[in-house]
This record gives sequence, C-alpha cells and structure tokens, in this order.
Amino acid sequence: MSVSAPAAASSHAIPLLEGAGLSKTFGIVEVLKDIGLTVRAGEVHAIIGENGAGKSTLMKILAGNHQPTRGELRIDGKPVSFAGPVDAENHGIVLVHQEILLAPDLTVAQNIYLGRELGNGLALDDRAMNEGAAKAIRELGGDLDPNAIVSRLSIAQRQLVQIARVLLVPHRIVIFDEPTASLTPHETEALLKVIRDIRAKGVGVLYISHRLPEVKEIADRVTVLRDGRLVASHETAELQPADMARLMVGRDVAKLYPDRQAAAARETVLNVENFDVPGYAQNASFSLRKGEILGFAGLIGAGRTELMEGLVGLRPARGKVTLRGHSVAFTDVHSSLKAGVAYLSEDRKGKGLLLTKDLRTNLTLASLGKFIRGFQIDRQREAQALDTAIEEFDIRTGTKNILAGQLSGGNQQKLLLAKMMLLDPQVVIIDEPTRGIDIGNKEQIYKFIAALAEEGRSIIVVSSEMPELIGICDRIHVMRAGRIVGEVEGDHMNENEIVQLATGVKTGAGEAA
Amino acid sequence: MNAVATDTTKAPRTSKDWDMAAIAPFVALALLLVLGYFANPNFVSVANLTNVITRSAFIAIIALGATYVISSGGLDLSVGAMVAFVASLMILFMNSGAVADPMLMLIAAMMLALILGAACGLTNGLITTVGKIEPFIATLGMMGIYRGLTTWLSQGGSITVRDRELQQLYRPVYFGDVFGVPIPIIVIFVTAALAAFVLYRTRYGRHVIAVGSNEEVARYSGISVQKVRTIAYVIQGLCVAVAVIIYVPRLGSTSATTGILWELQAITAVVVGGTALRGGVGRIWGTICGAFILEIVGNIMLLSNFVSEYLIGAIQGAIIIIAMLVQRTLMRK
Repeated sequence: MSVSAPAAASSHAIPLLEGAGLSKTFGIVEVLKDIGLTVRAGEVHAIIGENGAGKSTLMKILAGNHQPTRGELRIDGKPVSFAGPVDAENHGIVLVHQEILLAPDLTVAQNIYLGRELGNGLALDDRAMNEGAAKAIRELGGDLDPNAIVSRLSIAQRQLVQIARVLLVPHRIVIFDEPTASLTPHETEALLKVIRDIRAKGVGVLYISHRLPEVKEIADRVTVLRDGRLVASHETAELQPADMARLMVGRDVAKLYPDRQAAAARETVLNVENFDVPGYAQNASFSLRKGEILGFAGLIGAGRTELMEGLVGLRPARGKVTLRGHSVAFTDVHSSLKAGVAYLSEDRKGKGLLLTKDLRTNLTLASLGKFIRGFQIDRQREAQALDTAIEEFDIRTGTKNILAGQLSGGNQQKLLLAKMMLLDPQVVIIDEPTRGIDIGNKEQIYKFIAALAEEGRSIIVVSSEMPELIGICDRIHVMRAGRIVGEVEGDHMNENEIVQLATGVKTGAGEAA
Repeated sequence: MNAVATDTTKAPRTSKDWDMAAIAPFVALALLLVLGYFANPNFVSVANLTNVITRSAFIAIIALGATYVISSGGLDLSVGAMVAFVASLMILFMNSGAVADPMLMLIAAMMLALILGAACGLTNGLITTVGKIEPFIATLGMMGIYRGLTTWLSQGGSITVRDRELQQLYRPVYFGDVFGVPIPIIVIFVTAALAAFVLYRTRYGRHVIAVGSNEEVARYSGISVQKVRTIAYVIQGLCVAVAVIIYVPRLGSTSATTGILWELQAITAVVVGGTALRGGVGRIWGTICGAFILEIVGNIMLLSNFVSEYLIGAIQGAIIIIAMLVQRTLMRK
C-alpha cells in the first residue's frame, strides 16, 4: 500500500474505493498479501499479473465474492465489508465476469433483466424490458435486437449483453475481468471505446488483462501483482509494455524457454493435405518433421483446436493424412493413439483428467492394456508407473492418494502429459500447454516439450500465447477463420508478424492458393 | 491427507471422505439389525434372516446390473417388465416340449433366459447409444414394450409351468440349499463377487467408471463410450435373466403383473448402496447391502406393531431420500 498511497494523494483527496492491507489465505496458502489499492472516479486502473498472481482473488474480494482474511475496504473513505456480491452491488461495485454468464435460451432483453424483471407484480412488462434493453445496448454503441436469442449471438455480442446487464445496476465502480480474452482486435477496439465512455461518466474502472499493449492504451494507472503481492503501481505514462512484462514476470522473460538447437532437416513424420473439419477448418495442409516442434497460432475461434480434434478422430473430418508414409484416417481416439498420435486437450479439467478420481486411475486410463495381467489390472504395476511419472515429470503432490482435481493446474498438466506419454506416441499434439499455469510450472513444461522433441518425437503446440510459441517452436503456422493463412519461421517468428496474419491485416501465401 | 500442492480454492476432498460414503450403507444395515432386534427378538433368528435375504435375491441381483448401468452414466427403467417378459418366454419354451429330457430341457430353458436377457439388454443399450435417445425415455419405452408383450403372451392372465416333473426338478433352484445355505443366497454372493471383480479389477470395469465419471475424458483417452455403455446394458440384461432363473421355480408361473415396480426397487438399492446416480462411482457390495436394507425394513414392519405394513412403500421412499441426504453430506465435507 505504501506504493500506491502517494499516487492517490497526488490527485483527489478521497478515492472512490480503497483497499488497505488486503490479504487472503485459503487453507495454508496465502494467495494475496498486503495489497493496497485505490480507484478514483473517472479513471481506468489496470491490474496486471501472470496467471496465479492473485488478480482474480483480489477482484473477488472487491466484488464481495470473497471476504479478505485481513485488511480493510473503504468506500468514500468509510470502512465497508461485503456479505456477498449483492451487498457490493448495493454499494455500486459491479463486476463483468470473464466468462459469459447468460442463459443461452433466453432473449437479449430477458437476460439483461434476469432476476430484476419489470412488471406489475403479476405479469411481466416485456415492452418496457425490450425498450430498456435496446437503449442499454445502444448506449454501449451496439446494435442488437432485444428479442434475439442469446445462443445465436457471437461471443462479442454476448459480452455486450453481459456488460449491459451489469451496467443496469446503479454503479460507481465497474470491474472488467479480462474482457478481451476472446475478442478479435476489432471487437476489442469497440470494447475499449465502451470503457472510455463509462470512464467519461465519472465511473471508476478496474481493468484486468494480460494484454499489455491494450493496457497501455486504455489505462490511466497500472498496478502489477506477482505471487500475491503488489510489486509496482505507476501512472501508465511512465511504463512501456516491456516494463510491464518485466514487472509481471519478475525476471528476464527470455530465460523462460529452453535453449534448443534448430532441428536438422529430418524426415517428414506426418503429412496433412487438404484437410477439412466441416464447419471449423478448411483445406488445411501442413507437414511435421521428426523431432520438430510446430506451432499453431491464431485467435480464439480460428479453428486450431477443431483441426487437431478432427485429425485424431474426435470430429468428423476428411482429407489426406499420411503418417510415416502410410495413409491414415482416424475415426476415434483409440485408433489415433494406437498409431502413435496423442492429443492433449486444452480443456484439462473437462476432457483431460477425471478430477474426482485418483492419480493412478488417471495416469493409466489411456493405456490400461499395458497394465493387464490375465483378466486383471495389475495395480502394483500401476503404482510403479505412478511413482515413475511423479519423478519424471516432477508432479508435486504431498500424497499419492490425492484426487486429480486437487492438484494445481501445472501439476494436472504434468499428469496429463505423463498419461499420454505412457503410450509412447511419436506425434504429440498439445493444445494450450500452459493455460492457467503458474510461471514455474510453465518453465518446466517447456522443458518437457523440448525434451520430447529431443528424443525424436514430433510435437505440435497449439497456443494463444504468442511469446510461448515463439519461444519453443521451430516453425509456426497461423490460422484465421478456419484456414492456415501463413507460416513463419526463423527471424519472421515475431509477435507482429503473427498478429498481422492472425487478424488478416497481412495475407499469407496460404490464402492466395 | 492435506497435501501441499492441493487446489485450495475448492473444498479439499480426500479419499477418506469417499470411504465414509462407502461404509455408510453397512452402518445403516447394522443399525437396522439392532433396531429389528428391539422391535422383535425373533427378527435376528437365523431362520428369519435367511428367509429375508433369500427374498431379497431378485432385487439384489437385478440391482447388480443396475449398478453397472448407473455408474456408466445410464439408467434402465425396463428391468421389471423385462423380468416378466423373459420369464414368460422361458416358461412358454418349457411348455413347448421342444426338448424331451427334463434335465436337458431345464438347462436349455436357462440358457434361453440368459440369451433373451442379453438380447433385451443389447436392445436397450443400442437404442440409448447408437439411437442417441436419453436412457430415461428409451428404457421407459422399452418398459412399455416388454410389459405389453408379456400381457399379450399371457393374454392378460398367467403362464404356468405345466410339466409336473420339470416343476419338481426346477423347484430346488429357489427352495433348495447347500449345507443349509439357500441357493438364492449363494447366487447373490457368487454374482456379486463376479460383478465386483469385473468392476474393480478389469479394464472394462475401469472404463465403466471413467465413462460415468466424465464421458469426454473417456473419449479423449481413446475409450469407446458407446461400447462401454452398451455392454453395461447387456450386463443388466444378464442379471435380469439370472433373477428370472431363480424367480420362476418360486411360483412356477408368471403373469402380466410380475416384476411391477422392481426397477424402482433396484434403483433404490443401488443408490442406497452409495452408487452415484450421476455416474462415475459404483459400489457392488453397497448395492447388495442396499437390497438387504429394503427387504429388512419391510420385514421389521411386518414383525413389529409400530407401523402398518401398508406403509412399506412410504418407508422405502423415505429411505432413498435419507440415503441421498447422507451421501451428499459425506461427500461435501
């Protein structure tokens, strides 16, 4: 708090919202320690930090979802404490969630007024709600039919509905939790305008994001969290995105990625030609060499995940796939695994691991055939395999009898990697390998990926984090709207090049064809 | 149990709590035995208990199959009607005189019951998996079909084993015993032991739990979800057939009303035994325990004078709700 106090004193005497010495402990883990933070009327205050830095926890405290273990919240200088989110709303603090929390089968207006419907106590006043909804959307610079069913809207449109819904509550402070995570640059620009409009009305805005250029553009002040502590709080004018990155990570970012020798021109292992996943990816052609790490970049919704899922037989697809010289067409994961192609889903919790089962069950699930003796599963061999995996992949757990859901995100990813490596696949496709993983585990996972390539396996990494792709890949394919629109390699592997291809600012060779 | 690397944002849930949930039905059974003793000391006599367990055999064996279906994430409402249907066809076959030798006839009839049960289960399974119809609806429809066919076969009345010699030969399968242990009780435990082995020790059993626990994870791990579920329905059908094989000699006949509401009793036994209705947890011995609990509650009510035996259904209904509440409390900790 000592860091932010001078800044606060320099302008207004009493900030709208102030947190002093905020700490939060879950069990024995301290997720937030001694955070001091102010939000003034008519400013955008950005909170940045790596995953696991404590941003979400801090926001949840401000929005009344969590109570701080220690510390105090003040509004207009007066101490307050929130019993729950509704209580915080009554004080004028509203939160725009990162995830879209709307009822998909209801209309725009019905969603906006959900839980606070207008009416005469007996019948609903649909007309008033439709008008109110249309007005709210217009004020945000949008144009949506209040009668449109939410499930038919795009992500950006849904987000607009969500924001309109939140802003219907009388508010003085709006918290945006990574609002641009799934938006295109154009949509992001529109959202930033909405936020500027809100700010112009004298509302205090807290803005959480990883996207540093965006933060530089919108925020008046930036506070950096790392490992649950406040490491810096500055006027945005004093910081460049590179400084922000350094403060977030707390070390030289370059060291995060393992040193790799450029893969020598070795034989092609996997060749994909004119591959279609109807509705998601069209006409994809690429090849993968032995020992190579090939990246797939693109915006969310570009069809990268669906392309990979089509490739391993999780979705209906067609096209010519050649694996080590043999033509293959996988119709289910069983056949692709058998052929030595493993896919690790981006959705670890939903599609990768059985969260309510123990580590052993999870580890051997895909390769149970190797643990059968007679008719029985050899539990002793399973236990040995778990010991080996824990050691090899450095899965940190106090006890082996823990459920997979109790592991941290990083350790879950290591377990998933270990599970698939039991099958000894020659081609490993990893979708968002470090999503939701703290920096220490990230570094380890990059090392594992590099080591797998070193062993002669061929790796495909799908990721939305460009620095990660640039850091570990030999080549990167960029996808946009279901097509591979370009390939970058060597010196061309930089964020600027990839963003231009991913957003269509620059068209690649793939599109001309 | 508190590991260092646990995800602390969620309530810690250790394997210890799951063990509690597994033990709960057995504790309930023990309490019930004590209660029974105070209600009527005759209740704990060997003769009475043997009798009660023997009578629980049908539901217990059907519920074993239901444990597979439910823990794989499915549901089978057709088992009661399937009992009547398979039993009717089995008796009609015995009455047909297709095989002259009574012993061979009996064996053939039993084989036929098993084949019919498996076929009925396969039908249910394919409709839900390949036909992609909600198990509730699919097996509700099949319940109507099996029941309707039975009523038609019996022309609204009953079907009885006509051959006296065959009847006498078949009788011991329900009424007989080995070293004083009634055959139905032996069948319960042998079937349960087999079911437990397959569920806990084999690859298929592990797959059942994986599919019920999270279908997507199973699919992404290379498991054929449809195959695992379909086989679970076939196992259910086989269990129904085994129940039929020991049911038919009891009365020597079936009617259109045979097995009515058995599906609900089987589901109750499964859930009381600690298997999660949403799938992913299967407890074979819990199921057996659940079936015993249902039968024992009825027996205590008959032997005591506190509550009218006409209230048996209401009490069983209360049991399932209490069991769910207990389960949830144990799992939430």
